[in-house]
Amino acid sequence: MECKNRADVVIIGAGIVGASTAYNLAKLGVKDVVILDRGTLCGGSTGSCGAGIRAQWGSEMNCRLAIAAIDIFEQLDDELGLPVGLNQGGYLLVAYSEEEFETLKTAMALQNKLGIKSKVVSLEEAREICPALDASDAVGFTFHARDGHADPFLTTFAYVEAAKRLGVSFYRKTECIGIKVEGDRVRGVSTTKGEIDADIVINCSGAYSHVVAKMAGVDIPNWGERHEIMITEPVAPGVCPPMLMSFSGNYYIQQRPHGSIICGMSPDGHEQSFDTSSSWRFAAEMSKKLVRLLPSVKGVRVVRLWAGLYDMTPDGSPIIGETDVKNFYHSTGYSGHGFMLGPVTGRILAQSITGAKPDIDFSTLDYRRFEQGELIVEHSIT
Amino acid sequence: MRNNCEESITVVCRCEEITIEEIREWIERGYDSFSELKRILRVGMGPCQGRGCRDIVMREISRAHHIPMDEVDPGTVRAPSKPVKIALLAFGKEE
Repeated sequence: MECKNRADVVIIGAGIVGASTAYNLAKLGVKDVVILDRGTLCGGSTGSCGAGIRAQWGSEMNCRLAIAAIDIFEQLDDELGLPVGLNQGGYLLVAYSEEEFETLKTAMALQNKLGIKSKVVSLEEAREICPALDASDAVGFTFHARDGHADPFLTTFAYVEAAKRLGVSFYRKTECIGIKVEGDRVRGVSTTKGEIDADIVINCSGAYSHVVAKMAGVDIPNWGERHEIMITEPVAPGVCPPMLMSFSGNYYIQQRPHGSIICGMSPDGHEQSFDTSSSWRFAAEMSKKLVRLLPSVKGVRVVRLWAGLYDMTPDGSPIIGETDVKNFYHSTGYSGHGFMLGPVTGRILAQSITGAKPDIDFSTLDYRRFEQGELIVEHSIT
Repeated sequence: MRNNCEESITVVCRCEEITIEEIREWIERGYDSFSELKRILRVGMGPCQGRGCRDIVMREISRAHHIPMDEVDPGTVRAPSKPVKIALLAFGKEE
C-alpha cells in the first residue's frame, strides 16, 4: 500500500489507545487521520494483555477514567458495529491481612463517592460469586459487579474498522523512525515507508513510547516491564466467573465465557525490559497459585504461555497531553491498564485536540508532573 | 445445529470451529498474516494451537494476496508445544 505524504494527524501505534484516539478524532470531524504501526493491530501490549476492566482503583483520576470507560464499553458494540466481547462478571479483590483489607476499604470509600458501587462481600458471598474458590486464608473481599473483561483483539479491530469507515488510513508494517520538529512544533514523521507531513503527531506506542518521544527530543520517565500470562483449554463454565485478583497474593485469574481460564502475576522487582519471552518458572508458580485458589482446576491443561510489556511510569498513572514540542502529544504510560482505559482516554484526548471540553479534565496527567513532584500515585496495580 | 450438507460449511479450525468463509471474509478486508486472523477469529487458539489449520489459513492468504507460501507470515508458535496439566506444572506430577 502506498503511504500518503500528508495528514492532519499521525498516530503512532495501533493498540487500543491509538485505535480509540483515531476513531474518536474521525468521529469529531478530523478528516485526515493516519495510524501507523511497525507490526499490525494489537501487536504489542494490547494484544498480550489480561483483558480486565475494573473501576476498583485507588486514585481518584483512575476511578473517574475507569468508570467512564465502563460506560463506553457497555454500549461499544452498537457504537462500533462489531462485537467487543464484553463480559461483566465483576472483579473480586482478595485481601490477606487486616492492613490490606483496610486499604481496599479506603479505596472503596473513594469509589463509592465517585458513583462506583463496589462493596465488601463475605467469604460465603465470595463463594457464590466464584464457586470453585478456596480462600479460607483470606481476610476480606471487595466486589464490583460492573467490572469484568472484554476481548482486546475484537475491541481494537472494531475501533480500527469503524475508524476506517470514517476515513482513517491504517498503515501496517510501517515503523516510525523519526519525528520531524521545526522550531517549537512538530511537522510530521519519518517512517520505513516514507515521510508523512502532519500538523499533529500522537505517541501511542506503549512500552516503546519513551523511545518514540526521544525522536522528538522529549524525555519521559517510562519503562517497559515484562509480565507473563497463561491460558488453559476451555472447560465447563462456573469455575471463576469474576476476575479474581489480589495485590499481596500477586495474581489475577478469570474464566472467559468461552471456557478457558486466563491468569497472570507480576514479576519480581521492576526490571526494565523489552523481553516478551515466557518462562517455566512463571508457569510453575502460577500453577501453584491456581491449585491453591481453585483446587478443582488441577487436571485442566495449559495450552499457551506468553508475555507482554507494561508501559510503566514512576507513579503508575498514564501520561496524556501535549508536550514541550507543540502539537506533539502523548497518550502513554498506562502501567498495565491501557486496554481498560483506552476507550475513554482516546475520547477525551480527541475532544481536547479538536477544541471541545473533555468529559474528564486530564490536565494533571501532563508529563511535567514528574519534574514538579505532583504525582498521581496509584498503588492498586498487579 | 447447522446442517453441513445443505449449507456447505467447511470448518478450518476444529478447536475453535472457524469456517473457511470467516477466514476469507477477514482476508478480504486486507489482513494477510496468520497472527491477524488468529487475533480476530481465534483460529489456532485452541488446544491444538494451530497444528491443524495453520497451513490451510496460510494457503488462503497466499492465494488471495498473491504471496508465495514461503513469504506468508506464519505467526508465533508459543509454549507449551502440547497442553500440560496444571498439577504437572505445579508439582511435577499429575495427581
